[in-house]
Amino acid sequence: MSKPVFHRPKYLKDAPFHYCPGCGHSIIHRLIAEVIEELGIGEITIGVPPAGCAVLAYDYFDVDMGEAAHGRGCAVATGIKRILPDRIVFSYQGDGDIAAIGTAETIHAANRGENITVIFVNNSCYGMTGGQMAPTTVLGQKTTTTPGGRTAPLHGTPIDLSQMIALARGSVYIERTSVHSVRHILKTKKALMKAFTAQMNGRGFSLVEILSPCPTNWKLTPVEACDHIEKEITKTFPLKVIKDEIDADRQGPP
Amino acid sequence: MTDKVLMRGTHVIAESAIRSGCRFYAGYPITPQNELPEYMAEAMMAIDNATFIQAESEIAAVNMVLGASMAGARAMTSSSSPGISLKQEGISFLAAQELPAVIVNCMRGGPGLGNIAPSQGDYFQATRGGGHGDYRSIVLAPATGQELADFTARAFDLADRYRSPVVLLIDGMMGQMMEPVVPPEFMDEADIPYRNWILDGARGRPSRIIKSLILDPAKEEEHNWKLYRKYENITKELQITEAYQIDDARLVVMAYGTAARIAKGAIKRVREIGLKVGLLRPLTLWPFPARAVEDASRFVKEFLVFEMNTGQMVEDVRLALKHRSEVHFYGRPGGVVSTPDEIAKVITSLYYRLHLEEEQ
Repeated sequence: MSKPVFHRPKYLKDAPFHYCPGCGHSIIHRLIAEVIEELGIGEITIGVPPAGCAVLAYDYFDVDMGEAAHGRGCAVATGIKRILPDRIVFSYQGDGDIAAIGTAETIHAANRGENITVIFVNNSCYGMTGGQMAPTTVLGQKTTTTPGGRTAPLHGTPIDLSQMIALARGSVYIERTSVHSVRHILKTKKALMKAFTAQMNGRGFSLVEILSPCPTNWKLTPVEACDHIEKEITKTFPLKVIKDEIDADRQGPP
Repeated sequence: MTDKVLMRGTHVIAESAIRSGCRFYAGYPITPQNELPEYMAEAMMAIDNATFIQAESEIAAVNMVLGASMAGARAMTSSSSPGISLKQEGISFLAAQELPAVIVNCMRGGPGLGNIAPSQGDYFQATRGGGHGDYRSIVLAPATGQELADFTARAFDLADRYRSPVVLLIDGMMGQMMEPVVPPEFMDEADIPYRNWILDGARGRPSRIIKSLILDPAKEEEHNWKLYRKYENITKELQITEAYQIDDARLVVMAYGTAARIAKGAIKRVREIGLKVGLLRPLTLWPFPARAVEDASRFVKEFLVFEMNTGQMVEDVRLALKHRSEVHFYGRPGGVVSTPDEIAKVITSLYYRLHLEEEQ
């Protein structure tokens, strides 16, 4: 009898993704669903999808999902987690959501040490609204609102939210990964596993920033977009563990 | 049986909320309502499963309340006018996602930063929804310490019953004033109605979604009509007024909250000199008690609306009267608090000008 080696993760619904060809969201969704299944937390997990390309995430994850307004994922997740501290709560947010309109909510949730997990998908543009400049748009990158390319004097430099969050004493684990190659996809899954496990152990705020290709708005083929992450985006956003104090002796989270 | 205690308005609301099962409060400091979160912070420390968060902003606070409501808690936030403007995003989402929550607006002078004096400038904002989209919030307008207690308890019940945000609309004077109050009984948490829609993990049931994104206009239209039908029911079921000396009245004053208490003092004064004046006081601002106004208009042809603004509720009075009676208006915006003597003079002047002392 042959054994299936690839199957739909238990906590992904049988629904075709709406994402563009070559987009990283579908890979990231799958990784999260695999992690939820492997950790056995599907029946106690509550997800908070964003406004942005992943706004329809609740159509894919087969766990309880509660929509937040643009940028407010960490505030909504805080409310849920404080009422149900024994559940696993994650927010799923894009770069505009988390690093522009939701900066305050994110930094303060991290600073309070909210015991939640944040998945921060960085594709360096506002994808859903048509490819405008995001806070994470790299210098020189052309977008619909930086037609001549992003320049520091006109637009400021790309914001490194993960580094900012690392300064918040309540954050315990922050890693930046990518999904532009199989090797990095596997590393991303490990990082997600670590972040969710930290929450299960009550360690505090964990965040995984995932660089994700946006071929449509970068006006590249999917393969070129992955190459672009490897050669360009990682110069501004190097892949690394930014903070790991999961095992540090510290005051517990609320 | 709970004893009568002397408490300031903000504390009455906080204590009544806790006794009514409120287990989540998030807020941000703003005058004149700071004693409410301060009371919550202390009182909630003593309750095992209660959460108090001083949020980083009004926006964060209302969205935390939204999360807590999704998770099944009785949740509340409070603020004053400029802060309530910031909360409108969250209130719109609460309405759209049909989530219960209680929002206290301790109104102050505006627009803009305004001042911290008592005002009623946020009537339109509260009763017309306030945030974006086609929705309403239930708006309660208590006027005494005891009503603050009773209506806080009622606000949580209404929020649960209709799965809707409920606004307690008060002002700085009611928030600060100390009055004798019998707080509501402690509610047994087991008595809070079971909610079959909350997000607590899909154990032994299909996963749930709480959302307001409805891309198909036909479905969004149906969602809007669904909300509308709910608002129609609320309008039928929930119109509360107090009528004071209107049976023989030739002139009826309409006012709510602090303005109504001032007006009542004025009416007592003019009654002493024989003027037949009564008070019709809305306790629900949305739904506006149009039925009671309509009923009164059968025997009263002159109405005087008194508000601590430039004329907002007066529009609802005109709509309810449908030109059957005359509507006059007197307002003091910007945080000015009239005295009963001032309003008595306004009433008297109008009464004689309209020649109401003549038997018809």
